[in-house]
Amino acid sequence: MSWPALYAQLVGANRHSTSLGKIWLSVLFIFRVMVLVVAAESVWGDEQSDFTCNTLQPGCENVCYDQFFPVSHIRLWSLQLVFVSTPTLLVSMYVAYRNHCDRRRLLQGQEEELETLKTRRLPIVGALWWTYFCSLVFKMLFEGSFMYVLYVVYDGFEMPRLVQCDQWPCPNLVDCFISRPTEKTIFTVFMATASSICMVLNLAELAYLVAKALNR
Amino acid sequence: MPLTPPAEPDPEPKMNWASFYAVISGVNRHSTGIGRIWLSVLFIFRILVLVVAAETVWGDEKSGFTCNTQQPGCNSVCYDHFFPISHIRLWALQLILVSTPALLVAMHVAHRRHVDKRLYKMSGRTNPKDLEQIKTQKMKITGALWWTYVISLLFRIVFEVIFMFLFYMIYPGYKMIRLVKCDSYPCPNTVDCFVSRPTEKTVFTVFMLAVSGVCILLNIAEVAFLVGKACGKHLHSAGDSTMGAWIQHKLHSF
Repeated sequence: MSWPALYAQLVGANRHSTSLGKIWLSVLFIFRVMVLVVAAESVWGDEQSDFTCNTLQPGCENVCYDQFFPVSHIRLWSLQLVFVSTPTLLVSMYVAYRNHCDRRRLLQGQEEELETLKTRRLPIVGALWWTYFCSLVFKMLFEGSFMYVLYVVYDGFEMPRLVQCDQWPCPNLVDCFISRPTEKTIFTVFMATASSICMVLNLAELAYLVAKALNR
Repeated sequence: MPLTPPAEPDPEPKMNWASFYAVISGVNRHSTGIGRIWLSVLFIFRILVLVVAAETVWGDEKSGFTCNTQQPGCNSVCYDHFFPISHIRLWALQLILVSTPALLVAMHVAHRRHVDKRLYKMSGRTNPKDLEQIKTQKMKITGALWWTYVISLLFRIVFEVIFMFLFYMIYPGYKMIRLVKCDSYPCPNTVDCFVSRPTEKTVFTVFMLAVSGVCILLNIAEVAFLVGKACGKHLHSAGDSTMGAWIQHKLHSF
């Protein structure tokens, strides 16, 4: 179970999305998942091994690292991407349920009708509209919450070069140095920007759905 | 000349350049000949070289960066001061951003196909073979698709140039120096710090920049080709009657 498997699931649900939804999926996978896997993971690769404190006291580095990095950025982003992708599965579950109900009705019908059932594209009206709407609201909620959590846990999007730590067993206040802080700041800002773009796309899609419903 | 993915399955399948290639090469069918050459150059001389060679050269960039001091933290701080962002990450971002305008074209083609399908259905032709044919036919690069294609090419050129400029700003000179002098806190005085594999890094930097330049030239050539083709078509259709008469007149005068 990995990113390509998630991609395969989401692409299946893509058929019932609006165009904005398809753009959102591309932005998600190219600018967020791809960048995370190909670039960001190597930047954070040595975050603990290269976290150096100005002391020989055993255990001090571990304790200070744990104090300043309760959850790594990489793990937060992976969780965010998983949570943000799953509301789309709500929509595919609903479509599967509809197909199942329709198939039961058509069980006495012809073969071709059963086949078209699998490949047809349902119009976004009625209960599907509400499911889609809820999935968009949940997506935006998850995006916002994760960005807020990242901002609160790390006091902003900037990674400092130096943190000062006096947890036991560190003898006094010791200087601890973070590895690659500038590169980490650049990638944090990049991922936050991509996240905001995704939120804007979701908002636009929401507005489009509401406008379409009001028109009808 | 499409690359085929490796035969045996990846033991740990991940979202990597191979899946990215699968996404981007789908657009290939609607590109011009120069566009297909550009895509092959991108994947063979840039992405493949990045993954197969450059990543190992830069692999120990931090662990092999040594400063002439035992002061804890001095290594980290000096490394961060001289390498705000690694070449490898810059190239990875450049390749991702430069490839994505091609998706604009793919979206436009998908939209056109959707519209064509609707028109077919409205005109009563619901033969599944016709609908299948719409899916697989190659779109001609005319009208609005021509504009989308040219705009995507211009975006590609702009992104390439921006990244080359960024590179020059962060690492002026393209050459990797052997020794840097650093005096940021907590380094006690000015300390000498040594970069690992500077010559190999210079070689790869020059190679990647040269291929980037070649890609820019290919994109410019493609824009010129498309513009030339469009102009040629307009001249041919607009001046057909007058040009023909003029040529005939000239021929008769000889």
